[in-house]
Amino acid sequence: MNKVYLDNTATTPILPEVREAMLPYLEEAFGNPSCLHEWGDTAREGMETARAQVAELIGTNPEEIIFTGSGTESNNFAIKGLAMAQQKKGKHVVVSAIEHFSVLHSAKTLEKWGFELSTVPVDKYGVVDPEDVRKAIRKDTVLVSVMHANNEVGTIQPIKEIARVTKEKGVVFHTDAVATAGVIPVDVKELGVDALSLAGNQFYGPKGVGALWVRKGVRIMPLLDGGVQEGGRRAGTENVPAIVGLGKAAELAKSKMTARIKYLTGLRDRLISELPAKIEHVVVTGHPQNRLPGHASFCVEFIEGEAMLMLLNSQGVAVTSGSACTSRALQASHVLIAMGLPHEIAQGSLLFGFGIDNKTEDIDYVLEVLPPIVDRLRQMSPLYSKFTKASKGG
Amino acid sequence: MPVYSEKVMEHFMNPRNVGEIENPDGVGEEGNPVCGDMMTFYIKVKDDRLEDVKFKTFGCGAAIAVSSIVSEMAKGKTLEEAMKITPRSVADELEGLPKNKFHCSNLGAQALHKAIEDYLSKKKAGGKEL
Repeated sequence: MNKVYLDNTATTPILPEVREAMLPYLEEAFGNPSCLHEWGDTAREGMETARAQVAELIGTNPEEIIFTGSGTESNNFAIKGLAMAQQKKGKHVVVSAIEHFSVLHSAKTLEKWGFELSTVPVDKYGVVDPEDVRKAIRKDTVLVSVMHANNEVGTIQPIKEIARVTKEKGVVFHTDAVATAGVIPVDVKELGVDALSLAGNQFYGPKGVGALWVRKGVRIMPLLDGGVQEGGRRAGTENVPAIVGLGKAAELAKSKMTARIKYLTGLRDRLISELPAKIEHVVVTGHPQNRLPGHASFCVEFIEGEAMLMLLNSQGVAVTSGSACTSRALQASHVLIAMGLPHEIAQGSLLFGFGIDNKTEDIDYVLEVLPPIVDRLRQMSPLYSKFTKASKGG
Repeated sequence: MPVYSEKVMEHFMNPRNVGEIENPDGVGEEGNPVCGDMMTFYIKVKDDRLEDVKFKTFGCGAAIAVSSIVSEMAKGKTLEEAMKITPRSVADELEGLPKNKFHCSNLGAQALHKAIEDYLSKKKAGGKEL
């Protein structure tokens, strides 16, 4: 049976070069980078090389990079840490409606801690209007967070334009760039942000490692207290092998980015044009052009995502969905609902994340196996029979 | 994939009694697309027994497997017996359902009961000679 992995938004595989770079740090170079002996030095050098590689990827200085345990940790750290450090100035934060849960739920925690939260809406493509951010900012606003690109619908946000607003208003601006860093050009100076989150497993690095960049001079309260690792901002012995892998992945991403973008955009555009031609009543979600290179997302009407996922899995195809049934919380994707999609359509969400290992044959295979799956589930669906009866009737 | 029992997977991959019954004696609908699952059951009754049971389901793997097993459990039973099918007995018959799927996807028994109630109320109204 064919095996086709199309869930690179969940995680990319680890490149062989990345694994090779990590291996010594799982073996002889096992030292604790805080230690003042040869073992410590070796580990520290590996870690500092990685810091420089990550800094290079996003156009900044190594001293401003804080390694974390994941994109989620970076986002928690940014939202809670940046807001808490400024609470004397004010207790109001602004986020978009389509943020990742690691941002949204952190913001909800801030509410429990006495902050007020404003949520900025998105349009039908999932785009934030910078003017809405301007309207949401108050005198006591201390933090704005809008993601660079959305992981569920692929839409890239006008971060530069939003940064102009936050700069004008003198508010700290964080962007969750987990979906974009290492995927498309991310330059913190060009974007004009004050803090940025990224994660290794989105660009062929290992899982369990991320980074938060905070502009020099911007204060942040640590989440983890303990030793003085990471400039005293993130205590705990660093995950050196993973950090080294993240660094190597960042270096490769930087050098291969243009070619990767071109290749992945080709795969994406082919599926976006051919899938709706093969299957009736399919909606493309997210912005049609201004989206992540390897990201193709749809809603298949009248059927539910998890059932599609399971049948695709039985054919060797791995994808993901934002349907209520696939989420542990059993709620339809807040992203699709914020974009104004009705619940019954949001339930049919299907997300393809292409990676550099995918081939055009993978698309051929999806286009071969998916239509019968959709047909089979529609034959079972009371919503589809209501629809066909209604269209026959009128 | 969600952690489903072999029996759930088997019924999901090969659901029994999918479809609609023409001129059914009773129809029952449960759930809605907002919560993610919706089931419609159709029944044919003869001598107080469920002669035929069919369903259409919009929903996840668990919802489809639940519908399939309920249709199998109900077929041939008397109405009284069928009214005794519960979400618990359905889950047991499926060798368990994931905890978070127990309530939202396990609507089959209710949908079947609604179809039987629909039949009984029609019968009471005398709309149909049975």
